[in-house]
Amino acid sequence: MDQPVVSRGFRSKRRTSGAAELPPGQYLTTDFPVLSAGPTPDIRVADWNISLQLGGTLLGRWTWDEFEALPQTTIKTDIHCVTKWTKLKTVWQGVTFDDLLRVVGLDAPPNAFIMAHCDGGYTTNLPLADLIGGRAMIATRYEGLPLAPAHGGPARLLVPHLYFWKSAKWLRRLRFMPKDEPGFWESRGYHNYGDPWREQRYDGD
Amino acid sequence: MTAIDAPQLRSRIEWQIGRVQAIVAETSRVKSIVLQPTRWPGHRPGQHVDIRLTADGGYRAERSYSIASPPAEHLITLTVERIEDGEVSSYLLDELQIGDPLEFRGPIGGHFIWNQAANRPLCLVAGGSGITPLMAMLRHRRASRDPIPASLIYSVRSLDDIIYRDELDAMTDGDADLRLVYALTRACPGNWSGHRGRIDQLLLAESSFAREENPLFFVCGPTGFVESISSKLVKLGFDPLAIKTERFGPSGE
Repeated sequence: MDQPVVSRGFRSKRRTSGAAELPPGQYLTTDFPVLSAGPTPDIRVADWNISLQLGGTLLGRWTWDEFEALPQTTIKTDIHCVTKWTKLKTVWQGVTFDDLLRVVGLDAPPNAFIMAHCDGGYTTNLPLADLIGGRAMIATRYEGLPLAPAHGGPARLLVPHLYFWKSAKWLRRLRFMPKDEPGFWESRGYHNYGDPWREQRYDGD
Repeated sequence: MTAIDAPQLRSRIEWQIGRVQAIVAETSRVKSIVLQPTRWPGHRPGQHVDIRLTADGGYRAERSYSIASPPAEHLITLTVERIEDGEVSSYLLDELQIGDPLEFRGPIGGHFIWNQAANRPLCLVAGGSGITPLMAMLRHRRASRDPIPASLIYSVRSLDDIIYRDELDAMTDGDADLRLVYALTRACPGNWSGHRGRIDQLLLAESSFAREENPLFFVCGPTGFVESISSKLVKLGFDPLAIKTERFGPSGE
């Protein structure tokens, strides 16, 4: 729509103090809302493992203790949820996807896409280009503390430059794919890629 | 990428202008806004729309609101609760008038939707304004010739906070297959014979369905409410995949 319709009488209650520029349609929040399609699974780290899969081959599988022993990285980043909240300067710790590839002896990703599989049946698809080069990690700590179950603990994907549904909670398996396939939300009306700066919320955006 | 590899491109959900046809005061904190869309492809019960407000200087705000009206109606009803310091809810509740334009797009959402054809008992659990998308389901169910068994467990602070109360009470008249349970968490009238306090596991067990009946659950409300209800349902032995959730905030709006 070229001519925006001014909403008579609508005034911003925000933007009072040089707020950081947000992606279009987003607003700032200071708490950490929870969005999930179903119940939060009850996962004990003693029973937990995470695997990296290429076709029928398991490239790696780590128990909790093994995963904790991998190189750890801490990042500070803004996160953007498709439901329109943005949270600034969140601090995460985990294993970068680059380090995970190194650990299994891969110099370069074998496929161009990946599907993340999670407890509870959730999936999300991502291009490899968005996971490497320090752009993504498997996070196990938030603000210095173990990741709470409601926020995806014990481990979630963190791909902060895309809408937050791509940062799949309760991550258990990463599967390389030669061709892109839609994941859970991507099959249910949400955008296949999800760039907040281009406001790719829904299919066709 | 070859044409064969190209993902199927679906059309964008475009912004459009709705006209406000009616504004209904539901409770002291809640109003329903009835919109006449420019065009509407039809929606499914549980879906939402995004609305977009634009200030004089170009500042914009977007929010999502669940659709409360059933698919059969050509007008779209949104139900809006006042959020403290909420710039969008205060505009919708205090400034918006009948006849005003309201920019929106939809319908949106492909998970928290009820497909009547699933033919499974329907158990709805609402906290506060989380009733809205569930109301679309109940209104849709009411319109069907042979409504499937359904149950609504609705948690609110007090009787005065029940949204759609008259309509809900009227729905149960003459419908033995619809069970309606209010849980009052703060203030109960002296003669209140319904549930007092928060929804607990016993109330969920008594007011939903047996596991063997394979019910479908839709749980909507504030985050803490949804977390609590959905974990209780899992503890009662219901299939986690049969429990669909939608969380409202808390998000500072």
